[in-house]
Amino acid sequence: MTDPVDVAERPQEGPSHEAASRPAGRQSPLEWFRGDSGEPVRRNLALVAVLLVLYAIGAWSRPDIFLHIHRLWSNELTVLTLASSIGVVAIGMTFVIISGGIDLSVGALLALASVWSTTVATQSNGAAAVVFAALAVATVAGLVNGTLVSYGRMAPFIATLATMVIARGLAQKISHKSTQVVKVNGITEIAQRKVLGLPLLVVIFLAVAVVAWILLNRTTFGRRTAAIGGNGEAARLAGINVNRTLLLIYALSGFCCGIAALIVTAQANAGSSDHGNLYELQAIAAVIIGGTALTGGRGTIVGSVLGVLVFTQITNLFIVNNLAIEYQLIAQGVIIIAAVLIQQFRVSSLRRARTA
Amino acid sequence: MTAADQPLLTLTGIVKTFPGVRALDGVELEVLPGEVHCLLGQNGAGKSTLIKVLAGVHKADAGSMVWRGEEVSFSNPQAATKAGIATIYQELDLVDDLTVAENIFLGHEQSSGGFVRRRQMRREATAVLDRLGHGDIPSGRKVGKLPAAAKQIVSMGRALSFDAQLMVMDEPSAVLAQDEVTNLFRVIHDLTARGIAVIYITHRLGEIREIGDRVTVLKDGRTSAVNLPARTTTTDDLVTRMTGRKIEYVFPPRPARKTATETTPLLEVKGLTRPGEFVDVSLTVRAGEIVGIAGLVGSGRSELLETIYGARKSDAGEVRLDGHRLRPGRVTAAVRAGLGLAPEERKSQALILDDRIYRNVTMATFDKYATAGILNSSAERAAAHQIADELALQPAAIGRPVKTLSGGNQQKVVLGRWLLDPKGGDESAARRSRGTRLLLLDEPTRGVDVGARADLYRVIRRLADEGMGVLMVSSEVPEVLGLADRVLVMREGRLLREAPADELDEETVLDLVMAGSLLEMDSP
Repeated sequence: MTDPVDVAERPQEGPSHEAASRPAGRQSPLEWFRGDSGEPVRRNLALVAVLLVLYAIGAWSRPDIFLHIHRLWSNELTVLTLASSIGVVAIGMTFVIISGGIDLSVGALLALASVWSTTVATQSNGAAAVVFAALAVATVAGLVNGTLVSYGRMAPFIATLATMVIARGLAQKISHKSTQVVKVNGITEIAQRKVLGLPLLVVIFLAVAVVAWILLNRTTFGRRTAAIGGNGEAARLAGINVNRTLLLIYALSGFCCGIAALIVTAQANAGSSDHGNLYELQAIAAVIIGGTALTGGRGTIVGSVLGVLVFTQITNLFIVNNLAIEYQLIAQGVIIIAAVLIQQFRVSSLRRARTA
Repeated sequence: MTAADQPLLTLTGIVKTFPGVRALDGVELEVLPGEVHCLLGQNGAGKSTLIKVLAGVHKADAGSMVWRGEEVSFSNPQAATKAGIATIYQELDLVDDLTVAENIFLGHEQSSGGFVRRRQMRREATAVLDRLGHGDIPSGRKVGKLPAAAKQIVSMGRALSFDAQLMVMDEPSAVLAQDEVTNLFRVIHDLTARGIAVIYITHRLGEIREIGDRVTVLKDGRTSAVNLPARTTTTDDLVTRMTGRKIEYVFPPRPARKTATETTPLLEVKGLTRPGEFVDVSLTVRAGEIVGIAGLVGSGRSELLETIYGARKSDAGEVRLDGHRLRPGRVTAAVRAGLGLAPEERKSQALILDDRIYRNVTMATFDKYATAGILNSSAERAAAHQIADELALQPAAIGRPVKTLSGGNQQKVVLGRWLLDPKGGDESAARRSRGTRLLLLDEPTRGVDVGARADLYRVIRRLADEGMGVLMVSSEVPEVLGLADRVLVMREGRLLREAPADELDEETVLDLVMAGSLLEMDSP
């Protein structure tokens, strides 16, 4: 349990209270871990524990894979590769949710970017054009979301619901609902190439995660994002340019969809208006079980990545055990409910302990 | 039945500990039927915990609670309500989207066969409000559309509908204007005349004399005095028992008045107008000067401050800082030009309560400590540390969440935000140039206890002495008169009078502020 922190009712001079009399930054690591700031770490460790349980289930059901170091390694690379597209989307979504918003359009933006970047016209200009088209289309669509939410003052849920439908429709219009085969070698290669023994897709996923972590935790943009989600009115009155920041946040989410579109297109070797179906739900679910509060203000990139890995690992367990796909959906739903229930239980018990 | 002179409620030796904190450490309280019992204590003394024990939110670890002659222990808030103890919290727990009647009967709706009997509920709601002398509040109106004072009456109506014998009121006057307080007192008198007892919590000592019968003082989780007579105990005595030290409600001395021609105005407001809020307001603030605006809630004072700051867009008129016109409706530009605001609602408008203290302090300036967008958190911490020292923040643990601080210290965090000097070196020169040149303070001492107030007053005066301009708003006239150099009186969106503070007295200002208000200052 967390170190009890009393609200407002603490005597002002509190020599009896250890943490209070201690100058900032002089906490022992254990105190830090048990305190408020250790909360995300504790939660992420819990997700790691869930992953370990999943490995244990794997070891029990498929010892030939999970107890064999080389096969386990290659199986886990498969999991990471499988997780890369949804992972990148979830990372963008993390920023949006921390700012107190939601982006329902991610799956549709992915489809639009994948279709737009694989039209005959775009492909005729080579691999660079495909990459540029995917990133640009998704980022611009993200900017549209951001404009509606910030300057248009629309509720993020409504704005991105509308752009989700529009983007999916546009994607179908452009592709005439048929898959567009990738004929540019450079794109197909993305899914096949390896860097330092790791699949390029996994490297992209990890790189996006690292950059996002820095962006969220070490930059003014990340601080603004958290401030807006923590208390939007206070952020505005402190002189933070809330509208501009929101615009950038949704553009970032769009940009991540563009990267994910390239990943999916490369894996499928085709662009399709059906790509990214239900990605919005999976991404939101992963972010939530990763510990980011839907009310905004706090959340972690590591949590979102672990959330995606938990989901993908479950899928993998079903696949290696040849189980029907429908059970997998049920298992994912149960995990979401369990994660949120645990979170609420913790929050309410903390609140009880703190309201003095 | 309880005899009239037998206590309605007796608490003995109430102890409540939270992990690491002994919030209540042996509290005694005795409430008689039909009395107004005032509960007094600084922030952190344990008042909130005590009323939560009474309300069944917390369970006491030790001690006894005797309610109407029987030993009781409430396991949840419903049990307390059922027994006849109603608590009216500062943040009223009404549902804005429901009507007055629905709120009053929330949780015990009048129904038959699962259908709510709307008409009957409205009728009975009006009857309940009538008993409070406020049958004029329309029972079909949505509560969100009512002014704060009416909401409070609805809250009390809700308590009455549960047949409460004891009403606990947590700082009910904090959100009310002066005439509304008078009205509240009349309602309280009516209640006590019917034998209902009231526990009244306030920071304003004057109110205790006006409304209270007896006073119990809490200090550090213990009762430092019980059942003092409310009218005859001296203020000194009360303050001493609250603080354990003798303090006076002191304002720092004003510097000698400068001649007007000597300093050019730092802030110049000309003809500023927002229809329905304020009209044609012109004022100036010089560097080193504290200008106070006296006015009631609803006089347009907060709206004026927020418009100067750019948080609202003016319809006409202009705001100039150092001669440069500020773009209307642009907070970011105003902050960059050197304005800072400590808003009225500290918790909802100024702070991220869950976030760390230092990050709240640097909220307006963190990008100045950053290089190429990368934060420099050690520089931020160092700066926040210095500010914490300068303002004597207690406790100065800047890594903890800001919600762990008391009201006065939270206000210091908000003030501190505008005192950072990201450009300056580590040398703490006595007179540093600050990024902020003009501070706008909206009710700077709201919800701040007596001891911490004096502290804040000193800080504000020192800032002015260092050359900062201050424009403050307060509904407490003595505060405006005591702290400001120059006073502006505002009523119904207009500035009525301007004068140096030492040429005005409390009565004159009160007269100006209240003239034309509907309710007479009568004492029943």
